[in-house]
Amino acid sequence: MVSQSTTPDVPVAGVAERGRPGAGERVREAAARSWRPVALLLACLVAWWAITAAKLIKAYLVPSPAKTLQVMADKAGYLWHHTWITTYETLLGFVIATIVGVLAAVLMVYSPAVERTLYPVLLFAQVIPKVAIAPLLVVWLGFGLAPKVVVAVLIAFFPVVISMVTGLKAVDPEMIQLSATMGAGPLQTFAKIRFPASLPHLFSGLKVAVTLAVTGAVVGEFVGANEGLGYVIQQANGNLDTPMLFAGLLVMSLIGVVLFVLVEFAEKLLLPWHASRRGTAVTTTY
Amino acid sequence: MPESTRERGRVEASRGGSVRLEDVAVRFRTKKKDVTALRDVSLDVAEGEFVAIVGPSGCGKSTLLKLVAGLLKPSSGAVRLRGEPVTGPRHDIGYVFQRAALLEWRSARRNILLQAEMRRMPADRARARTAELIAMTGLTGFEDAYPHELSGGMQQRVALCRALLHEPPVLLMDEPFGALDALTREQLNVELNRIWRETRTTVLLVTHSIAEAAYLADRIVVMTDRPGTVAEVIDVGLPDERDYAVTMARPEFARATARIRDLLGAASAAD
Repeated sequence: MVSQSTTPDVPVAGVAERGRPGAGERVREAAARSWRPVALLLACLVAWWAITAAKLIKAYLVPSPAKTLQVMADKAGYLWHHTWITTYETLLGFVIATIVGVLAAVLMVYSPAVERTLYPVLLFAQVIPKVAIAPLLVVWLGFGLAPKVVVAVLIAFFPVVISMVTGLKAVDPEMIQLSATMGAGPLQTFAKIRFPASLPHLFSGLKVAVTLAVTGAVVGEFVGANEGLGYVIQQANGNLDTPMLFAGLLVMSLIGVVLFVLVEFAEKLLLPWHASRRGTAVTTTY
Repeated sequence: MPESTRERGRVEASRGGSVRLEDVAVRFRTKKKDVTALRDVSLDVAEGEFVAIVGPSGCGKSTLLKLVAGLLKPSSGAVRLRGEPVTGPRHDIGYVFQRAALLEWRSARRNILLQAEMRRMPADRARARTAELIAMTGLTGFEDAYPHELSGGMQQRVALCRALLHEPPVLLMDEPFGALDALTREQLNVELNRIWRETRTTVLLVTHSIAEAAYLADRIVVMTDRPGTVAEVIDVGLPDERDYAVTMARPEFARATARIRDLLGAASAAD
């Protein structure tokens, strides 16, 4: 017989000990994990400052960090407006890509005929450079929101489909057989086994997709827009306004980073069982 | 081997018992050649009987269980479960695999309850039955643990509870303890013997362990190498209630294990 413990606080053989770190320990851990990238970023900033301070490169080619920050502060309202536009296009594109991508993946996994039909088309759509079709989209859809969102969808769609197909196919076949012996229908098997099991894969695809969606939106803006960070950069470029160009670039990368972190946060929230197993490595799934 | 004579109360069930295979053959077609996994397999398992199936790797033992569950169709021959021909996946069985196959995002209790949800069992009955099984398998205190927090033995206990939740008349086990360490395995063998006596379910157990087969089973089906067929059916002849150490020392146990070793040794030497 196995010794049975009814009091939960008595450690029992069989359950792996789970560390529950205190607040202080968590802060120390976070610091230990993040000091390296922070140090590297600071080093880059110092190098940037040193190069400009020593006037190794002419100021109109590379502005100093101070100048760039000054522009960001002076034109905060202007930048904020265009940042919001780009973020909106990015999010809209990302959400549409996710919905369409997940649906396409489910169809492809459940119907080999659909998979054989869709896959080559998908691959073809993926290998066309989005920058090359963006002008066409502007011609078709005008200067508004639509072409930017479409480019963002086109560019973000592929990783979503691929990761979701992989996830749905990676389900333990014994789990599916077990489900059949339980008398479960295809819908029940999908809802209770297949879909939740594929979520870790989906999220690794979503993290790639969200960063690509920013690129898509900006590419759309480059081709034809009167709003958004792509437009800001084009304008600054035309005026040789490098401080504004740098400011635009910084904000643009910030959007990508923030959205990535948000997706990762959602993953932790929705899949605690997955996150806790994955451990502390930064990139393990993609 | 002739039909076993049951010494104790378990009667040969009416019309061929709980599980019946008649001249079953299974052939797989691969790209290069046809593979015969099973041929000429006939087997009759009485209700409440514990039958172990041993044989060399790849002799089609798992295939045999899948046939009974209706997850696989025989190329020829007939499979009957509780008197009815098996035509598709059967729901009146419990299935345990070598890997626990638990859902990582569900606690032990909710993994067990998956069986109830899929079958749309009444919630209160499912709850009560789960509690009963948790106590029976020594999972008390682990109900809310997630699979990754459980040891292999505990995970397999959860899988066993899940397979028993709907009180299936037939339990199919495919090397359920194969991935466990020897001590845990012994412990689970003892528990499985007790659970079998308490539930009176028919058990078909595929195993690689000769000792496990002899300790647990009423009868042992020894299979030959591919194409798998029944070499011999051994009557163990031990009482239902089996103390582990005492059973190991009994002459019936020694006789059964020696006979299996003979048969398996011959099977591999002939090839």
